[in-house]
Amino acid sequence: MVGPGPSGMAPLENANPLIYRRSGERPVTAREEDDELPDSIDDREIFDISPPAFLNPAHLIRSINDPEHPLTLEELNVVEQVRVKVNDAESTVAVEFTPTIPHCSMATLIGLSIKVKLIRSLPDRFKLDVHITPGTHVSEHAVNKQLADKERVAAALENSHLLEVVNQCLSARS
Amino acid sequence: GAGAAVPRPGAPRVPVLVPGLEPRREPAGVLRRGPDCAAVGQGRACVPHPQRGHHPAPPTPGQGWACRAVLGEGHQRTVRRVAWSPCGSYLASASFDATTCIWKKQEDGFECVTTLEGHENEVKSVAWAPSGTLLATCSRDKSVWVWEVDEEEEYECVSVLNSHTQDVKHVVWHPNQELLASASYDDTVKLYQEEEDDWVCCATLEGHESTVWSVAFDRSGERLASCSDDKTVRIWRRYKPGNEEGVACSGTDPTWKCVCNLSGYHTRTIYDVAWCHLTGALATACGDDAIRIFEESSASDPQQ
Repeated sequence: MVGPGPSGMAPLENANPLIYRRSGERPVTAREEDDELPDSIDDREIFDISPPAFLNPAHLIRSINDPEHPLTLEELNVVEQVRVKVNDAESTVAVEFTPTIPHCSMATLIGLSIKVKLIRSLPDRFKLDVHITPGTHVSEHAVNKQLADKERVAAALENSHLLEVVNQCLSARS
Repeated sequence: GAGAAVPRPGAPRVPVLVPGLEPRREPAGVLRRGPDCAAVGQGRACVPHPQRGHHPAPPTPGQGWACRAVLGEGHQRTVRRVAWSPCGSYLASASFDATTCIWKKQEDGFECVTTLEGHENEVKSVAWAPSGTLLATCSRDKSVWVWEVDEEEEYECVSVLNSHTQDVKHVVWHPNQELLASASYDDTVKLYQEEEDDWVCCATLEGHESTVWSVAFDRSGERLASCSDDKTVRIWRRYKPGNEEGVACSGTDPTWKCVCNLSGYHTRTIYDVAWCHLTGALATACGDDAIRIFEESSASDPQQ
């Protein structure tokens, strides 16, 4: 797996990223309030808020930190709700993410962070597909292939340094 | 349930067990992990863990499984594969810590008699040749290593094969020849044999469109099945020089040709394939939570 260089020691690849405004909080519906009804999982759920009780709270892909900038993936438009596809009945989740620049060397790390966040947050039944928005990265096939390889991902996450970097991306900013 | 297999229209009809239609049956004396399971070194029999609504009979004396040993000190990372030697006295374990341990069965457990080192990163698979004197390992470092063991239990690396261009996921030996097959992240299967005292790659099977996770030989060793992230199983047949089917070979080497592509049955990555040497049936392990069994119809062309 491609890991990041030591942070803070190299100039940022993309020193002036475009920053996108965060979308507002979604209003909670009456159906979601009703504890009797089973919670299904939809696109917005993955993207954002009020996760059902059995999900880990406060860990959502919109607020995953970018490894290089003090900004979230949502603020950089790396992840967008419209690029999250959930099929609760078939237990599949597909997330397309858009690196800020086509040569972004952090693409694998960002994809891995999204994947880890979903693995940790969703019920085991979900099959996850995390890949780069087509046409937005020079190595999209290679990155996608790594992210799709369960064995590679599992082995990479046994690397304590890489795991620490991923956990930093996933930690809530105060 | 997910993953019901529907044959493609126009595809040869091969009977396929559809998961979910067979009533689920538990074998007697089913083993469950639970607080009853023995810890390190103890030989206590594991008691089936009662499941809500399911009360299996306790194992009759002489039946059931007991955990005899926990070999917890051999590796520093995930143990990915284990393989018994043909004689049954040794166990090889391949680990993400880049080593392969060889364990010898003793009266009261297992002892690590040697650790095979050399791979640069995770070892993904280990396999014993039927002769019992050769071992193969493979790794994310793209290489396949062949090891020889002598009567004094000394292991020596006799070849490092760098033919693949990406991780090697699995190695499998031919059932009755010293021929080795490897499956790789580079989308190919490669075959190796000893030629004039050197191990060489003698064939490359191309066709899969993504990582090949596993391979299996049929009983005769004339056919090989491969399974892939591209959601297909491919069957390859060996053609010797001068074959009556007119398949071209270069020199004295046999050629392997893809004779079947089982496509449209699996909906996610296929991680493993097993070829029954008794019945000829193929079984696949798939990321869509289903196991599929394939059988050859008797009316099919033997060259398919």
